[in-house]
Amino acid sequence: MKLGFLVDLNLCMGCKGCEVACKVENEVPLGTWRLRVKYIDIGTFPDTSRSFTPLRCNHCESAPCERICPVSALHYLENGIVNVDSSRCIGCAGCMMACPYGAIYMDPETNTADKCTYCAHRIESGMMPACVVVCPVQANIFGDIDDDTSHISQYIMEHQGAVQVRKPEKHTIPKHFYVGGGNQTLNPLAQQRLEGYSLFNNITHLKHIGNPHESVIDRFTEPFRSEEKLDNRSFMDFDNNAHESHEEEGGH
Amino acid sequence: MENTIHATQAIVTLDVALPGIIWGWMITLNMWAKSVGTGVILVGAFLLYRHKKEEMPNLRWMMPLISFIFLNIFLLFTLADLHHPYRMVNIFLHPHWTSAITVGAWMASLFTGLITVMMLIGGFDAYPDFRKNCGIAKSVRGISPFYEKIFPFVVFLAIPVTLYTAIIMAESSARELWQAPAEVMQMMWAALLAGSAALIFISGSWSKESRRDLALVLAIATFFSFMMYMGEYFFSFKSAEAEATLAYVHSGGEYNVEFWFAMVLGFIVPFFLAVSTMKSDNKTLLRFAAILALVGLYMAKDVWLKIPQMLSLS
Repeated sequence: MKLGFLVDLNLCMGCKGCEVACKVENEVPLGTWRLRVKYIDIGTFPDTSRSFTPLRCNHCESAPCERICPVSALHYLENGIVNVDSSRCIGCAGCMMACPYGAIYMDPETNTADKCTYCAHRIESGMMPACVVVCPVQANIFGDIDDDTSHISQYIMEHQGAVQVRKPEKHTIPKHFYVGGGNQTLNPLAQQRLEGYSLFNNITHLKHIGNPHESVIDRFTEPFRSEEKLDNRSFMDFDNNAHESHEEEGGH
Repeated sequence: MENTIHATQAIVTLDVALPGIIWGWMITLNMWAKSVGTGVILVGAFLLYRHKKEEMPNLRWMMPLISFIFLNIFLLFTLADLHHPYRMVNIFLHPHWTSAITVGAWMASLFTGLITVMMLIGGFDAYPDFRKNCGIAKSVRGISPFYEKIFPFVVFLAIPVTLYTAIIMAESSARELWQAPAEVMQMMWAALLAGSAALIFISGSWSKESRRDLALVLAIATFFSFMMYMGEYFFSFKSAEAEATLAYVHSGGEYNVEFWFAMVLGFIVPFFLAVSTMKSDNKTLLRFAAILALVGLYMAKDVWLKIPQMLSLS
């Protein structure tokens, strides 16, 4: 069994239901994401179109994050999912350096690397990933790509020639496919990011990686401290102007 | 690029906040300190091969001492940069051997252990009256010939310990600028540069010839480091992401300024100073060249570490 994912971008209407379902299902802290839907406007006014691209971990067959992880916190499951063991993660951020898709984040609550696991815990119980269940237009298709009769395999066969993966030149062999994508939607280098030019909020950079309230010294004293309740909202610590101001605290 | 014409231009209009720089100054300091820690051993071995021990009376104990100090700086910042420093032990309990971080941690730990032994032997031998009756001192002095026996192995081990960071960078698939064979040579030149620069500070009582060799190593290392960076900076056509990264720096800004400061103050000026002191044997000038080279190396490493992290990955 090899689990794979396919998103038909022709169907996606950018409702962000999958994004919200993922947040809720996996209790993803504010300021971080496992799945996000990016809006991209293509063309020049008035001849423009808006495209929506859901982005998540690609569960690569040759995953650079798994290769670089020094303690096997990132590991393959038998069904092909690249899973994370947060209790083993040392927080070196090597996986964040290795993932060409920027799909891994440092959880500000646990200070460990985390990412989409295709809802491995749900699959274990015979359920579909939360984002698949919630999609109102069935743009998310999930299943066994080793099984020729599965819905995803059939879908891929029906759309031969139009199925793409992100950054194939990286030779990571992603198991996350797109139908109806193009260079502008799948290649971040083909997109312009104009600061402040956005629909609902400024396009910002995270001010901190991991817990913004924890200094380097705190990392060493953490096991000896009593557990404090973190205010989840405090993770919404963005920086609109300086791209790297978190460096003042040593980069993390 | 398709987005260069109006009909196909694509603008991101809604997205989440992206991470900025993930590996910051602590990793720069980590790499810089490791260059000094391994470089002094490599350059020290070269000097011991070329000259008699008597020409460099303090080298036998100062070389491992400098290496020990800088390796501990390197290890301290490696730990401090982890979000869970105490879980570093997992690298030894649950090693994952495809990771250059794991292999590097094991090698660097072994290297530091051997350097500690050499430092103790060298130190107690250099000061025979110090703690004369202490049991530990006695036993360390008793294994004095062990220093010469392990030294060739330590020199050999210094090479992979220097280079493994380049393999970590090669494994960082998201930062294509680092994924270059040139990175291996950059690490080696950085070690020779940092090693020679560090040894210059203790070479005051050495023979003229050995100091000239130090200046020669510094000159060669600064020259080739500069050439490597120039090659990478101007001719990195290996991938779209590396090109985009460099285009960002070429367009100006703080990283452009830091890069050229590093090139001029860290490599070009020390090169000419080192060449000039080879004839004049001006110790002050040579020390000045060493300081500039060490500062410049830090800045060059800092820019090279941070700039690919500015690129949006998704």
